[in-house]
Amino acid sequence: MIGRARFAFTVLGFGYAFLYLPLALVMIYSFNESRLVTVWGGFSTKWWSALFANEAMLQAAWLSIRIAFVSATVAAIIGLAAGYALARAPRFPGRGLFGSLVIAPMVMPEVVMGISMLLLFVGAERMFGGPERGFLTIAIAHATFSIAFVAIVVQARLADFDHSLEEAAMDLGATPWVTFLTVTLPLIAPAVASGWLLAFTLSLDDLIMTQFVAGAQSQTLPMRVYSSVRLGVDPQINVLATVIVVVAACALIFSGWLTRRKV
Amino acid sequence: MSGPIVKIEGLTKRFGAVAAVDRVDLEIARGELFALLGGSGCGKTTLLRLLAGFETPDAGRLLIDGQDMTGVPPHFRPVNMMFQSYALFPHMNVAENVGYGLRREGMAKAEAATRVADVLEQVRLAEYAQRRPAQLSGGQRQRVALARALVKRPKILLLDEPLAALDRKLREGTRFELVRLQAELGITFVMVTHDQEEAMSMATRLAVMDAGRIVQVGTPYDIYERPASRFVADFIGVANILKIEGGWLALRPEKIALSVERPGLPNVAAGKIVDIAYEGDRSLYRIATDGAVMIVSTTPNLSHRRGDSVWLGWAADAGHPLDA
Repeated sequence: MIGRARFAFTVLGFGYAFLYLPLALVMIYSFNESRLVTVWGGFSTKWWSALFANEAMLQAAWLSIRIAFVSATVAAIIGLAAGYALARAPRFPGRGLFGSLVIAPMVMPEVVMGISMLLLFVGAERMFGGPERGFLTIAIAHATFSIAFVAIVVQARLADFDHSLEEAAMDLGATPWVTFLTVTLPLIAPAVASGWLLAFTLSLDDLIMTQFVAGAQSQTLPMRVYSSVRLGVDPQINVLATVIVVVAACALIFSGWLTRRKV
Repeated sequence: MSGPIVKIEGLTKRFGAVAAVDRVDLEIARGELFALLGGSGCGKTTLLRLLAGFETPDAGRLLIDGQDMTGVPPHFRPVNMMFQSYALFPHMNVAENVGYGLRREGMAKAEAATRVADVLEQVRLAEYAQRRPAQLSGGQRQRVALARALVKRPKILLLDEPLAALDRKLREGTRFELVRLQAELGITFVMVTHDQEEAMSMATRLAVMDAGRIVQVGTPYDIYERPASRFVADFIGVANILKIEGGWLALRPEKIALSVERPGLPNVAAGKIVDIAYEGDRSLYRIATDGAVMIVSTTPNLSHRRGDSVWLGWAADAGHPLDA
């Protein structure tokens, strides 16, 4: 018994080391004194100060956060509607297909999504003279693939939702819309919030699709990082990676807590 | 207004090829405690949901208090329902749950609060107003569900298996309490149950349903003593069904006398005791006679043993003849 437990823990240890050792190294090296990324030269926070004084990097981060906020909000609203429809609409022919179509963007190669988005925006520019590629087009592109994630979370929450609660509300005189606002929405709000957080983090670190639809003036944080790494890795990148990992981890933990919380 | 509170004409509801409710005609009088009784899948719950407006009929008409309700959605119907699962809103406390329906009517806050307090008093939950449903026991939750439906003063209160989720001890007490409340308020109750004992002991009248149709409507006494068919006789209580000339005879176990000597009754049969079930207040015997195994219920007599030869006897009017 003890031998088997030890074996299991060893395997678990290796698994986690494989997943998290690189992240741990990045975090440790963000406090490196040395100019060289891979050589330890003693403890220092100078790269942290350097990053927070790096105007271009901060600008890119601010743009990314604004895009993530807008695209996550749009995705949450449309994804909520899609998830609700998938869970509540009566059976109709082709429903399975409709359901798959909503979640298809999750498995669609991003390159394909990126090209199709680019074609759409180029076409739109030719026909309507806009939108100009930049903030708006990136936000739209991010929202399109984030909708699927919100829809899935909402649909799962509604699947184990006692339908008689909604019937009880209607029985007590609530119109379908009031029922949705006073009973359904408060009860699935944690799922919507957790979908929003998921969409937010997905948008924050998307690179491939962003590169297709971004304009010359709009450089998001991942794009900025990618281009600066090509010129040689600066220890500031370690600091940035640490910040992103912490933010993403917090968002994930918070979203998990929201979904599990009993109302 | 007079006339029946509920009038149903040729009501039909199909799910796919199956008619869950099949050409049902029914009238329910004002102030009745009416029970829809049947096994699972007989259509009783669908009929209740048609009354509430959660299902739309495929054919037929449904009138509540003389008004055609056939196409009217649930939120415009003067009926309220107590759900089997209670369906209490988990994100609201007891007072908010009970006041939900009044807020939807746009009632003034102060008036609504008084009404909520009154009804909570009536179901003995006044001191639980601020609790969440999750902090209540099963019996308390049931009373919140009841209060929430009653506070709107509906013309009809619909109850879907009101006692099914309670444990046995609590069920007995709640049964009497529901009957008392109904008599006090004078509201028509329509209740769905699969438990014939519950229907018999509570209802003023009941309808027995089978395969989407109503097979008999009557008072509990009528239905027990004069079942319309073999199905009803068998479904309500226990009945020995004997083949007689031109049909069958339903004979209740307690109408049969059990003795060692041949009794001086118009109908007799000799048999052997196959099984004895002692239940405290009575004993049930299964007795193999010439034609069939018969069930007899008497006050316990411990001198009878399995394998004993005995006589059965019953009076000329003890059984009820059936055509079908």
